[in-house]
Amino acid sequence: MGVAFDEMKGHDGEAIRPAYGELDRWLKEVPPDVLDYRRREAELIFRRIGITFAVYGEADATERLIPFDVIPRIMSADEWRRLEKGLTQRVNALNMFIKDVYGARDILRAGILPEDMVFRNPAFRPEMNGQTVPHDIYVHIAGIDIIRVDADTFYVLEDNARTPSGVSYMLENREIMMRLFPELFSRHRIAPVENYPDELLASLKSVAPLSTSKEPNVVLLTPGVYNSAYYEHSFLADKLGVELVEGRDLFVKDEVVYMRTTQGPQRVDVIYRRVDDDFIDPLAFRPDSILGVPGLMSAYGAGNVTLANAVGTGIADDKAIYSFMPDIVKFYLDEEPLLKNVPTWRCREPEHLSYVLDHLPELVVKEVHGSGGYGMLIGPSASKVAIEQFRAKLKSAPANFIAQPTLALSTSPTCVEAGVAPRHVDLRPFVLTGKKGVRIVPGGLTRVALKEGSLVVNSSQGGGTKDTWVLDK
Amino acid sequence: MLSRTADNLYWLSRYVERAEYLARILDATQRLSALPLAYVGTGNEWESAVLTAGCASSFFKHYETATEENVTDYLAFSTANPSSIRNCFEMARGNARAVRTALTGEMWDAINGTWLELKRFGNGPSSREETSRFLRWVQESSLRFDGSAYRTMLRNDAYWFSRLGVYMERADNTARILDVKYHLLLPDNERVGGPLDYFQWAAILRSVSALTSYHWVYRESLKPWLVADLLILKEEMPRSLASCYEAIVRNLDAIATYYGRQGPAQRQARGVRTRLQNSKMDGIFQRGLHEFIGEFITENNRLGLAITEQFLQ
Repeated sequence: MGVAFDEMKGHDGEAIRPAYGELDRWLKEVPPDVLDYRRREAELIFRRIGITFAVYGEADATERLIPFDVIPRIMSADEWRRLEKGLTQRVNALNMFIKDVYGARDILRAGILPEDMVFRNPAFRPEMNGQTVPHDIYVHIAGIDIIRVDADTFYVLEDNARTPSGVSYMLENREIMMRLFPELFSRHRIAPVENYPDELLASLKSVAPLSTSKEPNVVLLTPGVYNSAYYEHSFLADKLGVELVEGRDLFVKDEVVYMRTTQGPQRVDVIYRRVDDDFIDPLAFRPDSILGVPGLMSAYGAGNVTLANAVGTGIADDKAIYSFMPDIVKFYLDEEPLLKNVPTWRCREPEHLSYVLDHLPELVVKEVHGSGGYGMLIGPSASKVAIEQFRAKLKSAPANFIAQPTLALSTSPTCVEAGVAPRHVDLRPFVLTGKKGVRIVPGGLTRVALKEGSLVVNSSQGGGTKDTWVLDK
Repeated sequence: MLSRTADNLYWLSRYVERAEYLARILDATQRLSALPLAYVGTGNEWESAVLTAGCASSFFKHYETATEENVTDYLAFSTANPSSIRNCFEMARGNARAVRTALTGEMWDAINGTWLELKRFGNGPSSREETSRFLRWVQESSLRFDGSAYRTMLRNDAYWFSRLGVYMERADNTARILDVKYHLLLPDNERVGGPLDYFQWAAILRSVSALTSYHWVYRESLKPWLVADLLILKEEMPRSLASCYEAIVRNLDAIATYYGRQGPAQRQARGVRTRLQNSKMDGIFQRGLHEFIGEFITENNRLGLAITEQFLQ
């Protein structure tokens, strides 16, 4: 991998790129201790508001802050427009794909995808076969992870069609930046993100069961306070103005979902659920789940409640299926994909596997069903021993893995110990789909790898976040 | 409103109120035990504190005798005592976190701030001075939370359930003090005005923050039957049983009007309130103060159950 593309200075620190002009001037004016002071102020605010997340497997760290970097990441209006088109296309294709997988299965008949990759996929839900959903929308909220390698090239790194999180950081980061740097703001024209909750609520209401005659009752279903994203759940429920419910607050009677209120049962029409498929209904899926609602799937099957996202969308998160996304886009839309996929070797295929085994030290190898940056090998930074251990794992179950070249993620100026330095970033825009089509709030969550040279931006692995500015022109 | 949300709001208030009450008991006991023996007699004040806190049985599973050190630790900081001040704040904050959307920013700030500050006290104060400072801090935290609830919440069911928690807890606490100390409040001629009991009465009043009020209401020196009157029947005294029930009935009525429906909880509360309104101290003493308090505690528990059944589950 070569020198990374810096979003402020381009390759090899040529000239400052236009979108970063004002920021560059400002960074030169502002004394370093002011930045540091603001950084500490931001941390205090975050802790007071209680924006925390939990890291599983760390005993004393039940609530931790995600580090916040006070230097914004900036995109020009043009860059965003291109991205927006590509994201819209991709999410439309995802919705058509999932409808097809649980319906006509044209894509399998056409031989585009191997059948077993669908049917033997742990995220495939046979319960969804033949199930229709309002307006054929399955993925109401998608988080598409984007990385950039040069001035013109964006890649999709991952599709998150299950229950993508992080949008509260997008919103809170913006609030904090406006509070801490009003002067820097006034020098830019930045597209707002604060209307996200309104857009989300409108999307959710638009997909209420077709039989709903009154104003639909929308709720947000959380696994509860011990979930790592609980803060986000309560934050969103508050912004949406909907009840934040846990499984025990809901019950199903005669295939209709109700919530328990101080005034007796009240009917529920749309559930924005942040509980995974596996746990959503102990009668249909994991019987040991206490997070779900017994009978929910029967109400869902009867079309009396809408789940957002739909059950079974997780199949699109699979990294082997991801590798087919360009074909999937072409198949359903008959268009060239606007966003590139990272070149991917599917280890289930013998030629791919042998290439991967020969090039382990230069590749990134990931589990097809994995997420959160767990269980992956980053060849260039791994020790010989680690590589050999991984080789054994890979050989024993090749179908569970894919491999990709180590990409030089773009960098963006970031506050570090020694001042301001480039750090690798990615971007997760949030794509909403409702009855009236796709809506994307300009921006998203920028994640930054705070350690020098590190390419891992996941918050569970020490990554931080930045505010993402899309310039209005 | 979700039943669970109402439940969390109700218990959030109860836990904060309970923490304050425990702090007052410890404060009053500390003063009492600092007096020379000749003024307070030979009873073990610390044992009495454990009794009024309502955790005697669990306490004596851990300790054989009650001393200043172990009682202060058990009531204030122990993790083994589910109702210690620390655990009250932990649970209050847990409840608050579960219903953040139903709280105002100020309330969340108050309870979350308290919870963060609690960590500063580590495993508990190491000296009497530090203990005093800690107890003052607990009372201030409770006042701050209560004040932010009172001043910032919308006047809807969320507010009324949170108030209900405060008054149910208060009624329970005042009744428990009376239950443990009733013998000091009997109009027993031999002991009237005796130096031993004077400081006990003062301590009782102090633990419900009514020492100053007493003088304003009666304008005379401490008399046990007046102390009982103040704690049981005086509606103007905010921690008296009568005042708590005035507030409980008022908040339950507000909920009933809002929902357009009366239920068992409203009827039970009105029944207890009527009984308090129709009582006079001589009558209570005649029938037996202890019996009266015992019956009150039973009825109050019955109301707690009715509230839970009608709204919270």
